[in-house]
Amino acid sequence: MRDVAIIGVSQTKFGELWDISFRDLISEAGLKAIEDANIEGADLEAMFVGNMSAGLFVQQEHIASLIVDHTGLTPLPCVRVEAACASGGLALRNGIMAVASGYHDVVISAGVEKMTDVVDPTPAIATASDQEWEAQQGVTFPSLYAMMARRHMYEYGTTREQLAMMSVVNHKNGALNPLAQFPMEITVDQVLNSSLVADPLRLLDCSPVTDGAAAVILCPAEDARKYTDTPVYVKASAQASGTIALHDRRDITTIDATVHAANTAYKMANMEPEDIQAVEVHDCFSINGLLAIEDLGFVEKGQGGPAIEDGMTERDGRIPVNPSGGLKSRGHPLGATGIAQTAEIVWQLRGEAGKRQIDGIEVGMTHNIGGTGGTATVHIFSN
Amino acid sequence: MAGIVGYGVYIPYYRIKVEEIAKVWGDDPRAISRGLVVQEKSVPSPDEDTATISVEAARNSLKRAKINPQKIGAIYVGSESHPYAVKPTATIVADAVAATPELTAADLEFACKAGTAGIQVCMGLVDSDAIEYGLAIGADTAQGAPSDALEYTASAGGAAYIIGKGNTLADFEGTYSFTTDTPDFYRREGKPYPRHGGRFTGEPAYFKHVLSAAKGLFGKMGTDASDYDHVVFHQPNGKFYIRAARKLGFKEDQYKTGLLTPYIGNTYSGATPLGLAAVLDIAQAGERIMAVSYGSGAGSDAFSITVNDEIEQKRDLAPKVQELVDNKCYVDYAVYAKFKGKLRMAGLTQH
Repeated sequence: MRDVAIIGVSQTKFGELWDISFRDLISEAGLKAIEDANIEGADLEAMFVGNMSAGLFVQQEHIASLIVDHTGLTPLPCVRVEAACASGGLALRNGIMAVASGYHDVVISAGVEKMTDVVDPTPAIATASDQEWEAQQGVTFPSLYAMMARRHMYEYGTTREQLAMMSVVNHKNGALNPLAQFPMEITVDQVLNSSLVADPLRLLDCSPVTDGAAAVILCPAEDARKYTDTPVYVKASAQASGTIALHDRRDITTIDATVHAANTAYKMANMEPEDIQAVEVHDCFSINGLLAIEDLGFVEKGQGGPAIEDGMTERDGRIPVNPSGGLKSRGHPLGATGIAQTAEIVWQLRGEAGKRQIDGIEVGMTHNIGGTGGTATVHIFSN
Repeated sequence: MAGIVGYGVYIPYYRIKVEEIAKVWGDDPRAISRGLVVQEKSVPSPDEDTATISVEAARNSLKRAKINPQKIGAIYVGSESHPYAVKPTATIVADAVAATPELTAADLEFACKAGTAGIQVCMGLVDSDAIEYGLAIGADTAQGAPSDALEYTASAGGAAYIIGKGNTLADFEGTYSFTTDTPDFYRREGKPYPRHGGRFTGEPAYFKHVLSAAKGLFGKMGTDASDYDHVVFHQPNGKFYIRAARKLGFKEDQYKTGLLTPYIGNTYSGATPLGLAAVLDIAQAGERIMAVSYGSGAGSDAFSITVNDEIEQKRDLAPKVQELVDNKCYVDYAVYAKFKGKLRMAGLTQH
């Protein structure tokens, strides 16, 4: 297998983008990534696009053809990848495998979701859970994660304030990210006094509904310097599956898919959690950000709450978490999130993250989850 | 240019509090009240509809105008809750105020801005000397489906304006409209309740049209926010109204008088005309008012108005908005459901 490098990244502005359609979002992200990589569209050999549910959000399937057509890239082969909110992470991983295997040289992996064209996105999002055993019984994602949060509080003494701090730290970083959907700081009190969504989770524990797209360009590591002076190398690409339904887990306060993917990734990169200098985690709800720092091995199980409270996850802490603002502040266009996380780590490793730059960073990680942990991807990158 | 010769208002007696509605649906009343800036809304009694509200408002406007109703050459009733799908409300009003038969009359519909559209039509007819006086009414008994966010605000009320050239109490300086095809809120034929696009009703709908119309009027008149003593906007809730006002640079002293939604809810076609009436109730001669309506679908009409000396002689001749806001009786959700026809009665049919 060949080593793989990232030579270009992009992310559109995330938000309620009423004036930008699905096709225009992905085109903007793709063209910016091509520009960033200093290549031409004709240099691309394959495209992988992560998207959870264009069919339900904008009544459009067959998006692989649509995207290649709209961007003028025919006859480029394109594959749409779907694993709920981990679709982006999977698109990246498929692109990496295509280059690593030698099947393709220059590949674009992208992600896109247009979520605000429907009045209520809840039924579409709920399809990421077990329809028969969860969604059709009336359980939605806030309530599933609320059960995980409640159990974590019971088992480990995690406090409501510690969960709130996850959102507060995210927004502190996101306030410095011009591409974030909600680039403003919030306080613990604001989180605790926001509307109750599913006890104990409140509105400001929940990531928003977002339109957005992101893209990365991959090539063989040995060719990377032909295109850029600041290549970022893929040190590990791992994926694991867990049960789709929450009630089938051995423990609902641990996402085993994350644990398995992380172990594989550390082994592949020959690294330990201590080697990671920044991580973009999948904080679709505050509790999931907290679970991630435990399941990725940065703290012992049950210690996520105190770690966040003690400032360990801040930009100047031991393991900076979500320098981009995370899903909470940057926004969560489902299929684009895994790619946007990658773009953030690449910008950090290139030293191009502006006011939110982490000094001296050489190794970064991304963690992307589908559903409540039915799918997890973990990637490690270095400069 | 034409002016306002008389104005009159009507708000039903009954109210329901946000807490009472929230209790039924398991919502957090504090969050709803804070989020929408609404405390309670008016509720029409079973005998009240857009026709009765229009007639009440029209009679009150005639008290101030002090004109012979036979001189009214046109009546337009703007509403999205006309009692008949086919057969005008305007003819009921015309007969009730003794304006028939030598006049033209029609019902208008443009979601919540048909009332101000009627004012513009009357301005045109008066300015062209086709008629001496025109009567424009904005009134609604608004529909909100049970448990829909609209149920917290959809209320009832209306205001009537007699437009003419002589004995005006306030004069139009200019009007500017901004219209696009934007499907943010609609009700199809035969459907009991409207549908809306949730958050889409905000930035790309209400704010785009209200702010564009206001800025268009500023440009046309060579004015800005500081040139007006009072401003009124369409008010689907208090939050949108205050945000629109602040975005345009208005201060609380300028916008607070016309903001009625927190106390009576969203009277739809009646909202901007009622807010303007509340301002006329307290405005001094020489003061300038800007009024901007909004109708889903979507469009906004903006008006620049100057109050003249005649206001002092006329404003006490009919009930003021605040008097009607204060004259109230609370009902619980069960009575509200009965009044609004939300209960299905066995053995009875509606005609």
